[in-house]
Amino acid sequence: MKVVLSALAAGLVFGLGLIVSGMVNPAKVLNFLDIAGQWDPSLAFVMAGAAGTVFIGYRLVLKRPAPLFAERFNVPTATKLDARLMGGAAMFGVGWGLVGFCPGPALTALGTGAMPALVFVAAMLAGMAGWRWLVRD
Amino acid sequence: MDTPTAFTPLSALAGGVLIGLSAVMLMAFNGRIAGIAGIVGGLLGPAPFTGLDRYWRLAFAAGLIMAPLIWLAVTGAMPEVSVTDSWPLLAVAGLIVGAGTQIGSGCTSGHGVCGLARLSLRSAAATGVFMAAALLTVFVTRHLV
Repeated sequence: MKVVLSALAAGLVFGLGLIVSGMVNPAKVLNFLDIAGQWDPSLAFVMAGAAGTVFIGYRLVLKRPAPLFAERFNVPTATKLDARLMGGAAMFGVGWGLVGFCPGPALTALGTGAMPALVFVAAMLAGMAGWRWLVRD
Repeated sequence: MDTPTAFTPLSALAGGVLIGLSAVMLMAFNGRIAGIAGIVGGLLGPAPFTGLDRYWRLAFAAGLIMAPLIWLAVTGAMPEVSVTDSWPLLAVAGLIVGAGTQIGSGCTSGHGVCGLARLSLRSAAATGVFMAAALLTVFVTRHLV
């Protein structure tokens, strides 16, 4: 139960961070990506604030023997740079650049009741499920 | 959708710190990376997670979706979401983002925030590739087409 409530709290804080930072708004994301146009560098500050906080926070947390409500830390161990990683990342980047939604902000935008977010999230879930069915993952 | 937006470094930084704190919380409490594509993807497909592993994923997603309601309660306004209203474009982009994040094992949060902070070479490479692809896509759709 604790593991569920703590995930709910973390999700809320994440969503509020997306709102406060403006990243929930695709117009801001696309303007960040539009260096040749009306560039809005705000999102670089979002990434710096987030990655900086995690860099420090993980250092403190991962020193502990285990998380508070689970048996162990689940940290990715893969190290290989392969075509699947690069190809998937390239696909994701194209989709992100088309409308300005990535998975987190799309879910938070869904909570505002915006209809385009519903269309995007439905397609995104279909894309995720489709690939997993295809490779039986 | 060339809506101009204001440069807001302070709120961007503050929001970024909140996102980071969320990721640190999820690691400290549950021992998990705050990668949205991985968390949500684990609910889908032929072999989705079950039991508690399913419920914490649903709870995290529910928190993301409920955040605007908290924002509304506190500030009296919904956050601004300015996006194309073309359903075909949204559907195509959603499909590509969904499949791409599962193929590439992560998105802006898992690779771009948590992975970079862990100094993961895979995440650094993935972040470089998706940023480049997104920049190129915006350049093509806004300046060439």
